[in-house]
Amino acid sequence: MIHSLFLVNASGDIFLEKHWKSVVSRSVCDYFFEAVERATEPENVPPVIPTPHHCLINVLRQRIYFVAVIQSEVPPLFVIEFLHRVVDTFQDYFGVCTEAAVKDNVVVVYELLEEMLDNGFPLATESNILKELIKPPTILRTVVNTITGSTNVGEQLPTGQLSVVPWRRTGVKYTNNEAYFDVVEEIDAIIDKSGSTITAEIQGVIDACVKLTGMPDLTLSFMNPRLLDDVSFHPCVRFKRWEAERILSFVPPDGNFRLLSYHVSSQNLVAIPVYVKHNISFREGSSQGRFELTLGPKQTMGKAVESVLVSSQLPRGVLNANLSPSQGTYTFDPVTKLLSWDVGKINPQKLPSLKGSMSLQTGASKPDENPTINLQFKIQQLAVSGLKVNRLDMYGEKYKPFKGIKYMTKAGKFQVRT
Amino acid sequence: MLGMSANSVSYNEQGSVESGVDAAQENRITTLLGWNEDLKEMLESNKESLKLEAMKRIVGVFHPKIKNLKKLVYVYLVRYAEEQQDLALLSISTFQRALKDPNQLIRASALRVLSSIRVPIIVPIMMLAIKEAATDLSPYVRKTAAHAIQKLYSLDPDQKEHLIEVIEKLLKDKSTLVAGSVVMAFEEVCPDRIDLIHKNYRKLCNLLVDVEEWGQVVIIHMLTRYARTQFVSPWREDAVFDENSAKAFYDSEEERRVDQSKPYIMDPDHRLLLRNTKPLLQSRNTAVVMAVSQLYWHLAPKHELSIITKSLVRLLRSHREVQYIVLQNIATMSIQRKGMFEPFMKSFYVRSTDATHIKTLKLEILTNLANEANISTILREFQTYVKSQDKAFAAATIQAIGCCATNISEVTDTCLNGLVLLLSNRDETVVAESVVVIKKLLQTQPSQHSDIIKHMAKLFDNITVPMARASILWLMGEYCEHVPKIAPDVLRKMAKTFTDEEDIVKLQIVNLAAKLYLTNSKQTKLLTQYILNLGKYDQNYDIRDRTRFIRQLIVPNEKSGALSKYARRILMAPKPAPVLQSAFKDRDRFQLGTLSHTLNSQASGYLELSDWPAVAPDQSVRNVEVVEPVRLPCIYLVFKDNVKNSESEENSDDSNKSSSSQSEKSSSESDSEKKKTLKNKKPQQQKLDSKDSTKLVLKGSYDAISSFPFSLECYKLMRVLMLLLLFCLTVSPVPVTTPKSSILSPNLLSDLQGLLISPTASALQVGVSPVFVPETSHELLHRMTGKGLSAQYRFTRQPCIYGNSMVSLQLTLSNSTDQALENIHISEKSSTGQNIHRFNAIERLEPQASVTVSMGVDFNDSTQAANFQLCTKEDEFSVSIQPAVGELLLPITMSEADFTKEQGKLVGMNESSATITMTPENVSSQSVNRKVVSVANLGVIPSGQENIYRFSGKTVSSGSLVLVSVVLKDPDAVITINTEKTVMGSMLLRQVKTALTNSGP
Repeated sequence: MIHSLFLVNASGDIFLEKHWKSVVSRSVCDYFFEAVERATEPENVPPVIPTPHHCLINVLRQRIYFVAVIQSEVPPLFVIEFLHRVVDTFQDYFGVCTEAAVKDNVVVVYELLEEMLDNGFPLATESNILKELIKPPTILRTVVNTITGSTNVGEQLPTGQLSVVPWRRTGVKYTNNEAYFDVVEEIDAIIDKSGSTITAEIQGVIDACVKLTGMPDLTLSFMNPRLLDDVSFHPCVRFKRWEAERILSFVPPDGNFRLLSYHVSSQNLVAIPVYVKHNISFREGSSQGRFELTLGPKQTMGKAVESVLVSSQLPRGVLNANLSPSQGTYTFDPVTKLLSWDVGKINPQKLPSLKGSMSLQTGASKPDENPTINLQFKIQQLAVSGLKVNRLDMYGEKYKPFKGIKYMTKAGKFQVRT
Repeated sequence: MLGMSANSVSYNEQGSVESGVDAAQENRITTLLGWNEDLKEMLESNKESLKLEAMKRIVGVFHPKIKNLKKLVYVYLVRYAEEQQDLALLSISTFQRALKDPNQLIRASALRVLSSIRVPIIVPIMMLAIKEAATDLSPYVRKTAAHAIQKLYSLDPDQKEHLIEVIEKLLKDKSTLVAGSVVMAFEEVCPDRIDLIHKNYRKLCNLLVDVEEWGQVVIIHMLTRYARTQFVSPWREDAVFDENSAKAFYDSEEERRVDQSKPYIMDPDHRLLLRNTKPLLQSRNTAVVMAVSQLYWHLAPKHELSIITKSLVRLLRSHREVQYIVLQNIATMSIQRKGMFEPFMKSFYVRSTDATHIKTLKLEILTNLANEANISTILREFQTYVKSQDKAFAAATIQAIGCCATNISEVTDTCLNGLVLLLSNRDETVVAESVVVIKKLLQTQPSQHSDIIKHMAKLFDNITVPMARASILWLMGEYCEHVPKIAPDVLRKMAKTFTDEEDIVKLQIVNLAAKLYLTNSKQTKLLTQYILNLGKYDQNYDIRDRTRFIRQLIVPNEKSGALSKYARRILMAPKPAPVLQSAFKDRDRFQLGTLSHTLNSQASGYLELSDWPAVAPDQSVRNVEVVEPVRLPCIYLVFKDNVKNSESEENSDDSNKSSSSQSEKSSSESDSEKKKTLKNKKPQQQKLDSKDSTKLVLKGSYDAISSFPFSLECYKLMRVLMLLLLFCLTVSPVPVTTPKSSILSPNLLSDLQGLLISPTASALQVGVSPVFVPETSHELLHRMTGKGLSAQYRFTRQPCIYGNSMVSLQLTLSNSTDQALENIHISEKSSTGQNIHRFNAIERLEPQASVTVSMGVDFNDSTQAANFQLCTKEDEFSVSIQPAVGELLLPITMSEADFTKEQGKLVGMNESSATITMTPENVSSQSVNRKVVSVANLGVIPSGQENIYRFSGKTVSSGSLVLVSVVLKDPDAVITINTEKTVMGSMLLRQVKTALTNSGP
């Protein structure tokens, strides 16, 4: 299984290594660096790189490469999934997973890696169990530790590992018992030049934040469960119950977790909440180009479209852009040619627009393709698929919890071709 | 941690001093231990005060919590054991001791570390530990044992046979915790021993859903291989594998089903596997989803395959790396079965933000999915891609268009026209790629395309990419008869630039010249000869060779033989069109989802998926005899302050989902033998659990150390740790060590030892905890005589808290009736004279419940039984406790000199001795020590001489010394007991004698 792990930063330095079996020399990473050099963008590095004796599987998160060294046959997804789990754990512990955070908490990082794998096979990946073993660093604890000379290693033994509900620790106590659920839907779409939808689909997740005392057993039911075409669950959800009654029944982990992710069946037409009017043109022989962009709300069910952000990778020939936005601010990076426009809220009465000219390299031929426009936005209090939670009940505990459900729609990979 | 804030600073500083030979390694150690530079400097300095300060800080970090320290030592040990074998060996005994710890988590972590130490000498110890742990009551320890199997196997493959035995045993395990790990061990050690799986197959299938996610992946892959060897193919043997449209495929199968006289019936076990893996498609773990998908792909009937599609498409929403692997697998699948993914075609549309390798894979899949119905949509989509700013991707798209054009004859012309349009593209790579693809297409299309060729000839001057130029030249030559006027002119131009061309172009020029010479020699004879002359003196030997060959072939002269007659037929032979096929065509030889599939080459350790057997092997091998669960009254305790521990025990106990009734839980353990031991062991374990959790944390108090069961070990551990720390501070990172520090280290060592030894050593004199606590219980009251109340007792060998002259006992009461028993107590009047400290009356004991209480009895240093009445609300039972003489002692420790001095005082009447013949297996020091301390509660005195073993203790009531010495004189041994209590002395002698002569454990 996983032999060793190297953490490599954006400038190509190995800043942390961990070996679970015998020690593999750092030089194995040279193959990886070669691959990085060959790839033009950091994202283009192939995730699986074969070398004569090993195989390197890497993931890129937060500008850090996590490079795992494999020696024999293992499902590559197994390793990739695990590496992502490691990053998630770091984020959970340190808030962010950056080089600085890892270096500051190097002891905790080693402790975590030691517990997460045994001889290269995952042992404890459930954040609940890990937190019982190794307490996450907080400012207060760091101060206390410095004074008293203790460490973050928990006093308790990982009893959670022995439990049938390993994701939940025992003896949870809260004075305020609350359970919040966020239904977040993302629209992935490709819109073509003429404004018609080429492909659009809705992916949703239900993220939960549950702070309940004891061992509560929750059920969550939907008004229209049929909408959910394909689902994947947190291990706590009882699959049989879902199959039979379309009800989510589960003993929740303590704290934040992703309860469910789903895909809305493709038969349903997807309401596209915004439209983009564009007029981007380059004239042959001239060193000027025209750029015009107008955004407007489409099917928003009466809700406001907020936090709109437009970004576009302009052709290489563009030297500079001289634009004026009707609202918000825009930036253009002449090196990366990335244009981004922070629009904010769309006001249906006064549609936001960005107009102006682009200057092109003199003598360069006109670019063949107009840039694609990537869109981000948020709509509060709306699940665009129409999914609605019917009710949430709790069994197994006597108190009455406070329950809350929030809906939100966001743009996922939303692209407009021009 | 102490050095935390300073640490980051030192880390950065070190980063700049990269030039040091092994800065990295040193860096690692210091950061590993939360160390920093200045501490090291302080230790290395010459000033005593600084050194002292540094040591205070070391002790400050590690002292308060012995467990944290253990943890760091573990990390260190595992990492450096290979390089520092001797040092590592020092620690082994500590782990061996911890393997017997009553707390399962400590046992498990001890095994985990012990097995991670890669030192070949300890292989036998590891083997023993694994065997023992494999039969442990705790599933968590068994899981750790399964992990340890792999480690031992990689350390010493010769142990394979023994390890297989352990694997076989563990495969029978019913716990979900163990399943994943043991299958992993199976895959690593003996993947070919499919016979071990038979009996466990159904169990594994049923457990699968509840196994942790990583285990699921491993089990599913293993079961895929298993199923391919055990079941017959669910696919029709004569079924069309490459179906063009899904519908036609199903139709034909439907028909055949009717036709066939012997319809296929799926083995129920085969069905079981498919049914039980299906829910896992909903897992959040992408590796599990992929594993199930490949299982369905390799095992399921073709018409059931469609259920995996959605899940795979869902995975495309995940991280970039996940997408990459999933797309690769979809690409392979989509070649064979277009129908599966066609409805999801739009999910494979390329976004401009995708990484290049993702784009290429999506393109591949779209090409595979193309058919008559959707080709127009796909081509329209491709048109957008061709214009992409990513030129490499645009080029790949052109190839994809070429592929579509050859595969679907209806659109060939459309594609060709589209490609010709691209020839006027400004980008060179696009044009070049188009030329190459057009060349291939024209070759497949024997029909007339002379205008395209003409068009290309016109473009020729503007194209500089060698591959494209070569392609055009080849086309000219091949179809020179269609363009009789243009071709010679092209040749003329080429003759001018021949020397400046790339090799690949030169070859094609020679080729073109030869072909023209044959078809149109009148116009091109001179040109050809000119070119051949140029080629003759080319720098490249390939071109020189080719030129010589062509000249001999086409120019008739006396030397050329019969071949030149056939030159025309050789050069102008109709050539088969190239087949444009997917790069994923041959990947299906590998099992999907594997590393080998991703790399498209066999990775080490890849296990070939066998073909379906023609006839299914015997199905009955998977039958398991059903053992009726025996219902036994089970004893579970929930006792005062250790509620928490007992809970953890309970949780661990079985895979039972709920914490429902306890009797149910035990009945799920079908092995009744096992249960009896469980029954016996439970009470003691729990007692110790509570103790150790408090004792593990020493909180710096020496009192605590003295009462810690393994205080000696603990002390040793501290010493080992200090040695290790010193090592990594001063000696460690290889030969970088300066002579100065190596001179210093012995001083430091002695300093540190002094620091530690003086207080602890004096503490050790005071009191000693028992070296060994027997776990056997004795029957006090049988449940038949006690009308359902049963009682057992055992000696805890601890100093009694109720009185100094009392022996402490632990009593376990259990109720096997179906009503609660009330007011259980010991009656006031005692028949014999002993002083008994009664336990507090138990108000109520629920049916099937049990409780452990402790009591004290003053036996007055005699083995006379203590008789008393055990009462319930209704009944009274007379019971008696007969102590063994060894239980009437408490261990003490003293120096060797003191021992001989005391022994000298107790001679004559007070000495009893005997000579025995030792059985050979008892001769080792370990076994002598073990035998003696198991018989009597004595302390072991470290002996300076090899063959003499000394033990000391005192009687509980009177406190008289009891000294035992065993002197080995091969093959005999002399046992001497010195004590004032002569009766006890002789009784003890008898018992020690029997213990040492018996060969049993």
